[in-house]
Amino acid sequence: MTSRLLCQITGFLTIIIALTALPFFVGPYTITLMIGMLGYVALAIAWAMFSGPTRYVSLATVAFFGIGAYACAVFNESLPYPLLLLVAGLIGLAVALVVGLATLRLAGVYFVIFTFGLAELVRQLVTWFEVNITGTLGRYIFLPVTPEGIYWQLLALSAFAFAISWLIGRSRLGLALKVIGEDEVVAAHCGIAIARIKLALFALSAVIMTLVGAIQAPRWTYVEPSIAFNPTISFLTLIMALLGGANRLMGPIMGAVPLFLLFEWLSANFPNHYSIILGLVFITIVFVLPNGVLDFVEKGLTHRITAAAKPAEVQK
Amino acid sequence: MLVTAILSGLVLGGTYALLAMGLTLQYGIARIMNLAYGELIIVAAFLAYTLFATLGLSPVWTLFIAIPAGFALGWGIYGVLMQPLVRRARTPAGLEIDSILATFGLLFVIQGLLLVSFGANFTSYSYLNVAVDVFGTKLAANRLIALALAVVLGGAIYFALTRTLWGTALRAVSVSPVSASLVGIDVDRAARTAFALGGALAAAGGVVISMYQTFTATSGVVFTMKALIIVIMGGVGNILGALSAGLVLGLAETLVATYVDPGLTLATTYGLFIAILLWRPTGLFGRAAR
Amino acid sequence: MISLKRRDILRSGVAAAAFVSSIGRSWAQDRKSVRIGYAISKTGPNAGGAGITTLPNYLLWAKEVQDAGGLELPDGSRLPLEVVEYDDRSSAEEVVRAVERLANEDKVDFILAPWGTGFNLAAAPLFDRYGFPQLAVSAVTDKAPQFVQRWKKSFWMLGGGHDYAKALATIIAEASKAGTLNGKVAMVSVADGFGIDLVTAARPAFQAAALEIVYDKTYPIGTSDFTPMINEAKASGADSFVAFSYPPDTFALTQQSQIADFNPKLLYLGVGTSFPVYSKNNGANATGILSLGGVDPTSEANADYRTRHEAATGIAPDYWASVITYASLQMLQEAIRRKGLDREAVAAEIASGSFETVLGETKLEDNQLRKIWWVGQWQNGKFVGVAPGDHAGASPLILPRQAWQKA
Repeated sequence: MTSRLLCQITGFLTIIIALTALPFFVGPYTITLMIGMLGYVALAIAWAMFSGPTRYVSLATVAFFGIGAYACAVFNESLPYPLLLLVAGLIGLAVALVVGLATLRLAGVYFVIFTFGLAELVRQLVTWFEVNITGTLGRYIFLPVTPEGIYWQLLALSAFAFAISWLIGRSRLGLALKVIGEDEVVAAHCGIAIARIKLALFALSAVIMTLVGAIQAPRWTYVEPSIAFNPTISFLTLIMALLGGANRLMGPIMGAVPLFLLFEWLSANFPNHYSIILGLVFITIVFVLPNGVLDFVEKGLTHRITAAAKPAEVQK
Repeated sequence: MLVTAILSGLVLGGTYALLAMGLTLQYGIARIMNLAYGELIIVAAFLAYTLFATLGLSPVWTLFIAIPAGFALGWGIYGVLMQPLVRRARTPAGLEIDSILATFGLLFVIQGLLLVSFGANFTSYSYLNVAVDVFGTKLAANRLIALALAVVLGGAIYFALTRTLWGTALRAVSVSPVSASLVGIDVDRAARTAFALGGALAAAGGVVISMYQTFTATSGVVFTMKALIIVIMGGVGNILGALSAGLVLGLAETLVATYVDPGLTLATTYGLFIAILLWRPTGLFGRAAR
Repeated sequence: MISLKRRDILRSGVAAAAFVSSIGRSWAQDRKSVRIGYAISKTGPNAGGAGITTLPNYLLWAKEVQDAGGLELPDGSRLPLEVVEYDDRSSAEEVVRAVERLANEDKVDFILAPWGTGFNLAAAPLFDRYGFPQLAVSAVTDKAPQFVQRWKKSFWMLGGGHDYAKALATIIAEASKAGTLNGKVAMVSVADGFGIDLVTAARPAFQAAALEIVYDKTYPIGTSDFTPMINEAKASGADSFVAFSYPPDTFALTQQSQIADFNPKLLYLGVGTSFPVYSKNNGANATGILSLGGVDPTSEANADYRTRHEAATGIAPDYWASVITYASLQMLQEAIRRKGLDREAVAAEIASGSFETVLGETKLEDNQLRKIWWVGQWQNGKFVGVAPGDHAGASPLILPRQAWQKA
């Protein structure tokens, strides 16, 4: 067991080191591609961290992502860079705690729509504040951050998020979460502080999303609410995490990476029919891979193994 | 001023209600979270526009084409896309996620087809944009049609759901598909009918709003989201709930725009929505627990 | 409708190019085509704007260059265009990535600007880093002088909020002095980049012109019902109504003003007013309505451009930024004819040269196009430029506008 653990950690570190060295070997376009991809990887991991075990489908991703981007735009002239990220993270945390306290008792689709409403509400309030209080809409970010810098930060953030997910999965907390996901009543009877755990996870995942926004924003030079709070981000994050399998450690990554590359390839090769092909791909995924890519791969393997041994047991 | 604000608020709310009623049927009874709902609205809007621009056909007449066509389309979509998902779903939550993903794909397909055939331009025409005097307030005839249609269709469906055997069967399915099938109700058929009815309502809404609202091939999402908010506020599957939530929303927006600040209308929408959800987590007219 | 697929290599002129290049030397020998790339919003919320102002002009220009046998180079040879097109899906991150891709992967010779102020700014650092001239047309910004300092090869061709607001303030102030208007203004603006830019410029401009702003509200993007605002404006006593609006709002405001019998003597509406569909939908009722932009109705070059645009793309161009977009492409084309494919030289030529375009004699000042129409008005089914009044081809302003005609 310990040797297996050692193997896993070594593998993880090797991959991180290899990815850290990547900018020295590839061109600027690859870096750009990796920035976009890592952004979604981090978002998907953060999303699955909360939504996977609790089964709360959240569309609030862009609310936090946008808060991060906006915090970066607002403070980029007055604060030094590392402090900027810290402040952005704290703002995200504060919003997440307030929202979480108020809403985690909603269930099912009510939570889905509520989180979507939250993203729009934040966007409307930011707009209203900018228009009426500061009298400008659209802020400029002129930070001397290179694409490589952004790449490394996103890589660090993704690695951090991944490590946290891994730790949670191995801890008592992870076990508690599994019980909550299965049945909240049982969990409460086991003495699990449901509300506190859910809130903590929601806040943690929100902070990571906020940081993704704050790190990526300098690439756009100009930020306005319609750019920062683009609802597509919420939907894509959700789809990626679900495709990979939100309950598995590797799930979000296995969803985000192929889907991101697919989007890129489609928009490059079929700009006029992008939407149609994308839609058909989605529908196909739902029909062919109902439980995510990882599940499909594992089932496929076990299928082949068990098929040889016990042909009758396979159909379930 | 107050009378004017209330009347224009109701008229705006009529549009909202009309747009939301179909979705509440689809989600409440057929249990399909249809993210492509707004796209159906846009398809109907383009149909009305095309018939008006090429043949000069009045959108009011187009309604008689669009409603059956919407029903047929909904029936077809359910049969081809949703039925296999419903059949294989083991839990309601699983179906919810599957239907979100599948209709998200459908959304892109329809949007892409619209983009290829109509382009991305703003489409607008004007029909029945004449003032009607109601209690001294001038209201647009085309918007009044939306309100009237919402009330008539909403009332008719409510009546059918509560007073007919067929409607009772549909409601039984919405409460518990498992028990419904135990008492001999063809759940599959009921769900399919509800989904198709939702399609018909979406088509009716699309035709009516095309008379006064500018739309593009990609603006369906806006309608879906507005409709979703109303559906949730009114209680899922509750047609009168959708009707009243739509009217409340229209009223609130107009009153805020008149007396507070037009800049806060959308913030009010979401604020109200969030407040209602926190106060009554299953919507204004929702059941106590799901 | 012509439609270009990515890398749809338009080879119609290859034979002609080969012939010409056998006379002239050099250019055509080491390369077979000129690669032009762009990222544009084909889907998402920006697709409506990009689809009327920018994309059709890119397609029209590419087609015309191709029909002429390709882009002409200094030695008289011609090279066919190879067009690389991406959809930015109305997302800033996609714009950045697409431009990186065009510069690094596709190795294009020139990149055409994206649509919208925000996206042009998002792309500007990359255009600058890779040395591409950026002819930003669909970007209204008062900060153009600073941007030019920061990004030397950026060109800003649609003015800033202050230009439009000042010209409008002058018109209202003069008409008020003459007694045509009462000097009171009601205005609404959309809570988005464009609306806020203009309204923040308009407030001081109106005050400086001694106008009284009696109603001034901002509404969220996506608002569909303007009845409350129209009613308030109507009750405010102002006889000038100004809306810095987006196309759906512009159309809705027009319809709902008719319902409310709201007849300000001066009616100024935002983006969308200069779309051909506006006059088509409103007929004679469009007459007298003011907005941004305009054209010289006597210009033959412009009339010819409009005909070609409609023939090639199936839709008529708008009366504001469309023609300027096309002119920017003509400038690029001519600069390449004069200087070749060296981006540095082309950028310098665009900055300092003088060009004959559909706008007439065109010359940039401090990398900005300043000779454009700030205010236009619908007159006899055309949206004509009325301010600045000393601009060649200006039409006289007609005030007050007629009341709505009942259908």
